[in-house]
Amino acid sequence: MNALSLQNLTKTYSNGFEALKGIDLDVEEGDFFALLGANGAGKSTAIGIISSLINKTSGHVSIFGHNIDTENREAKRCLGLVPQEINFNLFETVENILLIYAGYYGIPRKEAKVRAEKALKQMYLWDKRHTISRRLSGGMKRRVMIARALMHSPKLLILDEPTAGVDIEIRRSMWEMMEEVNKEGTAIILTTHYLEEAENLCRNIAIIHEGMIVEHSDMATLLSYINVNHFILDLEKPLINVPNIKGYKFELTSEKVLNVAIPKKNTLNQLFEQLSMVNIQVKSLKNKSNRLEQLFMDIVQ
Amino acid sequence: MNTFTSLYTIIYKEVRRFLRIWPQTLLPPAITTSLYFLIFGRLIGDRIGTISGVSYMDYIVPGVILIAVISHSYSNVAASFYSTKFQRHIEELLVSPVPNWVILVGYISGGILRGLLVGGVVTLISLMFITEIQVHNLFIILLTAILTATLFALAGFINAMLAESFDDISLIPNFILTPLNYLGGVFYSVSMLPEVWQKISLANPVLYMINSFRYGFIGVSDISVELALGRIISFVIFLTLISLWMLDRGQGIRQ
Repeated sequence: MNALSLQNLTKTYSNGFEALKGIDLDVEEGDFFALLGANGAGKSTAIGIISSLINKTSGHVSIFGHNIDTENREAKRCLGLVPQEINFNLFETVENILLIYAGYYGIPRKEAKVRAEKALKQMYLWDKRHTISRRLSGGMKRRVMIARALMHSPKLLILDEPTAGVDIEIRRSMWEMMEEVNKEGTAIILTTHYLEEAENLCRNIAIIHEGMIVEHSDMATLLSYINVNHFILDLEKPLINVPNIKGYKFELTSEKVLNVAIPKKNTLNQLFEQLSMVNIQVKSLKNKSNRLEQLFMDIVQ
Repeated sequence: MNTFTSLYTIIYKEVRRFLRIWPQTLLPPAITTSLYFLIFGRLIGDRIGTISGVSYMDYIVPGVILIAVISHSYSNVAASFYSTKFQRHIEELLVSPVPNWVILVGYISGGILRGLLVGGVVTLISLMFITEIQVHNLFIILLTAILTATLFALAGFINAMLAESFDDISLIPNFILTPLNYLGGVFYSVSMLPEVWQKISLANPVLYMINSFRYGFIGVSDISVELALGRIISFVIFLTLISLWMLDRGQGIRQ
């Protein structure tokens, strides 16, 4: 069964803006799915419709087979949402935010307390449980929203840019948490602007651009489309002119740093041989950008 | 899914909110009504004599209690629900499987409970100015108070749903509620007015509530109590249907 199924979903806002132009999307049970797109592409509108925060214009949405129009409450019970912007009561304590949210799902307070303890410990927030939420740092507030979304053990968890503005240590712990939750059987849909995050975590991917799905496949297939690798070379000696070697594209970013695009069919050995021939010595090299980022730019541009 | 747990959670949250900020919610009506009783009831009232066979102070006490119930049941729901929208934690309710009627009943209950609690506080304050409170019909008193609180809590809810700024939730209390309250016969009997103003006053719903409430205390009313209660119940049903329709459409809460 699909965790999520969108059929011909459209949304036109009252000002006439067509945010979604008929998208179809299937996310399998237990999947770790990346939904990517530039700002304004339609990701948040789609997520808003799936989670009943935005009224759709037309189309069908079902969550674990429950149509959101006809089996709204069943569909909602399967879904957990971590939105992009903070949307909890800033005057409430961390623990109470979770307990009240659990109450909305009909979870009795005693049971909710047990779940809140587990979720807060998982999010490293247990010692902050009595803190008024507005006093938390930005990263902690995001973790409160994740802990809150886990309270009713959803079968599908949607995280809309959960790691935006979060330091690397917390981001890593969030990745671990997401992988752990996914391993326990929860399907995850992740939107993010950190494409290496999507590349490392997700098995399937859809790219949304100007309200349409422009790519929908598994990550391995998508990455196989890449036919050029980008590297940054640190040079031994300064360089004045960009080398002209057939088959490679160079860019000199400073006098001792050279960017190079290498066709996938070529090896690095071949490149080094050619560079040696024009007397360019390479001290070290690193990947210029992650592969998915390059592909993403190619698709949406 | 236990709907009762969801409802209890919303009511618990609402009651905790107004109790936590009691200096803003319970203290001001105590001060305001003390001044009403002191100035209108005691200082001016002693010179007025009696109205409908009772002292002026006895005459105004029910109305003063009821306008406190009206304004606090209204402002509790208007402020709380608008703030829920403003801070976006309305999304917690929209995402979760809480039926619309539970959202409505939960918020309205918060308003009713605050209205009745404030009514109780004002009643206690009135005992500082009058020796005893007459009770002609306790059932009418309680029924009118609960229905009035319900009606104005519903009005506050609709106001909050339509509001797009904090200014929008102060417009109706300032420009509609206050004139209706003061022209609803709290401090005078409509029979004192010229005939044309008596007829105009009948269009004011607050007049029916105050007269019904006053009847419960002193057994005196300018209009039929059955008619008054019937009107209030009709208004409650009408506003309930409008609120549920707006929730269903997502008016002001869903794009």
